Amino acid sequence: MDLPVIESTPQKTGGCSAGSCGSTSDQMGGMSDEIRAKVQDHPCYSEDAHHYFARMHVAVAPACNIQCHYCNRKYDCANESRPGVVSEVLSPDQAVKKTLAVAATIPQMTVLGIAGPGDPLANPERTFETFRQLSVKAPDIKLCVSTNGLSLPDHVEELSRHNIDHVTITINCVDPDVGAKIYPWIFWQNKRIHGREAAEILIQRQQQGLEMLVAKGILVKVNSVLIPGVNDEHLKEVSKIVKAKGAFLHNVMPLIAEAEHGTFYGVMGQRSPNPAELKNLQDACEGDMNMMRHCRQCRADAVGLLGEDRGDEFTMDKIDAMEIDYEAAMKVRAEFRAKATADLEAKRAKAHAPKMPQAQVVQFVPRKEKSALVGRRVLMAVAAKGGLVAVHFGHANEFLVYEASADGAKFVGHRKAEQYCDGDVSCGDGESVLDKTIKALEGCEVVLCSKIGYEPWGNLEAAGIQPNGEHAMEPIEDAVMAVWHEMLAAGKLDAKPSANKVA
Amino acid sequence: MALEIIESCVNCWACAPLCPNKAIYEAKPHFLIDADKCTECLGDFADAQCVAICPIEGAILNELGEELNPPGSLTGIPPERWAAVQAEIRAR
Repeated sequence: MDLPVIESTPQKTGGCSAGSCGSTSDQMGGMSDEIRAKVQDHPCYSEDAHHYFARMHVAVAPACNIQCHYCNRKYDCANESRPGVVSEVLSPDQAVKKTLAVAATIPQMTVLGIAGPGDPLANPERTFETFRQLSVKAPDIKLCVSTNGLSLPDHVEELSRHNIDHVTITINCVDPDVGAKIYPWIFWQNKRIHGREAAEILIQRQQQGLEMLVAKGILVKVNSVLIPGVNDEHLKEVSKIVKAKGAFLHNVMPLIAEAEHGTFYGVMGQRSPNPAELKNLQDACEGDMNMMRHCRQCRADAVGLLGEDRGDEFTMDKIDAMEIDYEAAMKVRAEFRAKATADLEAKRAKAHAPKMPQAQVVQFVPRKEKSALVGRRVLMAVAAKGGLVAVHFGHANEFLVYEASADGAKFVGHRKAEQYCDGDVSCGDGESVLDKTIKALEGCEVVLCSKIGYEPWGNLEAAGIQPNGEHAMEPIEDAVMAVWHEMLAAGKLDAKPSANKVA
Repeated sequence: MALEIIESCVNCWACAPLCPNKAIYEAKPHFLIDADKCTECLGDFADAQCVAICPIEGAILNELGEELNPPGSLTGIPPERWAAVQAEIRAR
């Protein structure tokens, strides 16, 4: 197959060079103003928007037309949170009812996505019936869809007719030999096709779908699952190609593979990447492509802000019992959105302001070459909420990871943690959970939180991670940079690169 | 001649729209095939469509009660490996 690689060209941006915005909106640095306007209130596409806006997925699409080695079609579990897992498959009517109920209860709701648990475009009637009804009943909600791409070319026309301006395609490879190690089979033209031939067809259809969407002006995000030893190096090429074809964002996610998930990779012992491997690959792709780093790999029926799941509040029996004034709810959403957008814009303007001392700094500068300034880069983990250092160490179920340098604080990812201090339930396990958290923070030199207990303090220090509770309730970037400057002043940031970094 | 869906079906809906005879219907606890309507796709397709898309090994049987997607054929996981890993998980 012929997949041309075009040299990536610098994109004109709104005044800040790509990768140098220094704020959490850094990920949007290379986007055009038009794209920026389209994604600014989408929690999955805009890193800073995800503090303000919420999304939900409705599980109307159970059928799938391919098999991926990281997916197990048998699983259906309320206690697991990962893509492809749902508790209850909905009919289109139920999905519409649920969306309207959630949008009436959570005014932050801006986006409704269909992401499975199978492939939305392998269930076109169910998917498009849901979209059709919602376009009429909740025209203010953006619709999006996430697909493996096999049927995509057949549905681009219909997608463009709905209120859909974003599509996500999962593209794990552009080489059929790599694909044959990821996809055991596809269902294509009334046959099950295995192996390399299957991968070749899938890749061709994904690329064709991507091109057709871009030609229609529909924004395309590409998701890739990083599978060590299978497609890790290859994803750099994938990133270049999808960028050249017009995808606006690349989201490289770590493989999730545990034996108990019953997936091929889980059972066969394929390992997941560690956080440093993920970050190194994202950094390597970043010169060519806007990289998404805040994906939480949510369930196919997730509800709420990223990183939280309020799905339990909206089971069908609970929704049936709700009384909802749809008109009033839409007004409340509009008011909330206006205020949140104003807040966000103010925050973005503030973050950009000190970065533009000279009026015209528009050329693309690769990140690696920029920081000739003193002081090495430091990874810091933050127990955060709403953009602030606001969570007790023991209550954090995730940490945001920032890379601090003379260029500013840059959001680079997140690490999941179990809450070791969870009242009286899990205290007996406290220590081992703490150990796991410390392991999850590998590579970070500082952890910022609102408060921290005496015991975890000691253990963190022993593990070479400096706890810091002095910046409680401060904005994350300010706190991270304050700590970085303290370290610099104390002579802790001399040239020695930190152990976990490659570049 | 007719195929049969058994209890390992996960109700994923993939097969139903493909059936040329509309023999597959939603039922509890799982989808079923109307034996009077099922032709095993003879004359319509080279492969029985439900068998060709079903993601669950062993969920569809032929008239002889044989699994048309036997263990390991769809996931690529060798059955002995599956058994060993399950035993290991139970022993934890």
